[in-house]
Amino acid sequence: MQAATREKIDSLFERYPQKRGALLPALYLVQAEQGFVDQVQAREVAQLFEITPVEVWEVLTFYNMFYTTPQGRHQVYFCANLPCSLRGGRSLLKTVEAHLGIHAGQTTPDGRITLGHEECLGSCGTAPIMRVDGSYHENLDAEAARRIIDALE
Amino acid sequence: MITAPHVTGYLSEHYGDDAYRTVAGYEARGGFAGLSQALAMQPQEVIETVKSSGLRGRGGAGFTTGLKWSFMPERSDRVKVLVCNADESEPGSFKDRLIMERAPLQVLEGILIAAWATGAERTFIYVRGEYQICIARLEEAVAECRERGYLGANVANKRGFAHDVVVHSGAGAYICGEETGLLESLEGKKGQPRNKPPFPAQHGAFGLPTTVNNVETFAHVPFILERGVDWFRQSGTEKSPGTTLFGVSGHVERPGLFELPLGTPLSEILDLAGGVAGGRALKAVIPGGMSMPVISPSEIGVRMAEEFLSEIGTHLGTGGVMVMDETTCMVRVACVISYFFRDESCGQCTQCREGTAWIHKVCERIERGRGSAADLEVLADVPGLMEGQTICAFADAAAWPIQGLMRRFRPDFEAHIQAEKCPFPGSFEL
Repeated sequence: MQAATREKIDSLFERYPQKRGALLPALYLVQAEQGFVDQVQAREVAQLFEITPVEVWEVLTFYNMFYTTPQGRHQVYFCANLPCSLRGGRSLLKTVEAHLGIHAGQTTPDGRITLGHEECLGSCGTAPIMRVDGSYHENLDAEAARRIIDALE
Repeated sequence: MITAPHVTGYLSEHYGDDAYRTVAGYEARGGFAGLSQALAMQPQEVIETVKSSGLRGRGGAGFTTGLKWSFMPERSDRVKVLVCNADESEPGSFKDRLIMERAPLQVLEGILIAAWATGAERTFIYVRGEYQICIARLEEAVAECRERGYLGANVANKRGFAHDVVVHSGAGAYICGEETGLLESLEGKKGQPRNKPPFPAQHGAFGLPTTVNNVETFAHVPFILERGVDWFRQSGTEKSPGTTLFGVSGHVERPGLFELPLGTPLSEILDLAGGVAGGRALKAVIPGGMSMPVISPSEIGVRMAEEFLSEIGTHLGTGGVMVMDETTCMVRVACVISYFFRDESCGQCTQCREGTAWIHKVCERIERGRGSAADLEVLADVPGLMEGQTICAFADAAAWPIQGLMRRFRPDFEAHIQAEKCPFPGSFEL
């Protein structure tokens, strides 16, 4: 863990009545270093929070937005829930799978893109949606999806 | 991105206006008038006002807000806290996102009124992790409120009234929308719901007395204080007063949000959304977010308030209306729904963990044409074995939509078994 990350985590503690309240925000900070949290980092976090490493690990693996394995440089997620599916969300994902030559849950061999599907993103009125590195792209069609994905470095 | 509902009301009148997100712009459009009213009253009077307004929570369960506030211990040697449930993740629901993106100060004003009423010193706004824009907008609003004296010591110059707000990001787990799952998550743990009692008002976030309200619920509160109970009760129904933001999605011409009085007929909402897309016929509507049982076209005259929807075996939930046209395969719908609940079950209770997986497996098998009559019996029985048997209401939420599909659309399931394939080739792709 970098010293700067540790400092940021230290400044979070006062926001919560108990230190442990800062665990999720702290894990986001650690994850920002290399795109996932490895076991060494998890141990460091455990030490900082005065809890056991397994307590950190069970939190990491409970939530969809934390990763314990390396991810692509860009993360592309499609909503596969009902409102998006009704408006072609899953067809769109299949088109993108074919375009990138990988399945949802995989990363392109060059490490450029990790592709996935996720549950409702609260974009049902502007479905279908693709989430790229945290940004929403709504009212999407196959053409626009391909253009956005091809522009990722 | 939606910047305003297609139909606006008192809540969303200024949502299209960027200035509404700044303290000056918000004040110029009537903002913080409700807070001034509240601060001129005794806390107990504020609770009574919200109680007699009949405001019901807009997060899905529809509990009376004022009554919930009254559960907070009046005197306590421990710090009292509020939690704003901004973990909107019910599929078909996208109203809280709009409120936070367009009117974060409405939420904060509602929070401050609740804080004065209940004596809470701190609020945690638990926002789902995917809602990054909401988090940024709320943080901007919190920072500006601190500068302008709406947060910190002596809020709005009221001596002795101190309050601060922490914006907290979730990390992607539907179960954290459940009140006590959220509290666990806020404490830095897995979001596994707690046994109740004790209820949050006695033992909530970090063991402190806690009241949890939904984003939209907080947003209504300032209007009740500013304009009065009689005014509030002019819209909506006797049992469900006020407006709400109905979200319409799926096969309609004009999906989006519509602020309308509770009790508005569903057929009217569908008309406002332009009717079924492409002039096709209607097959089914889920009226209140994905956990709620589906209804048939013959039932769309129903008025959209809990007291009417529960009469026909479904619920208002979060008011997320999902529309399916005649091409839709209801077994595929069951596959999507059951996958979601299997994936999001926290795994704590056996009935839920095993039941959701079993239901999904059977739905997939039927869709692939390999189902049997015995599978239909499984779908008819298993939801009933999950319902009411677990720590939280997630199992009910997983059971109800399957029960609804079996009640209204059993012939779709039977047709798959007879044809040994999906007889709806024109349906949305799985």
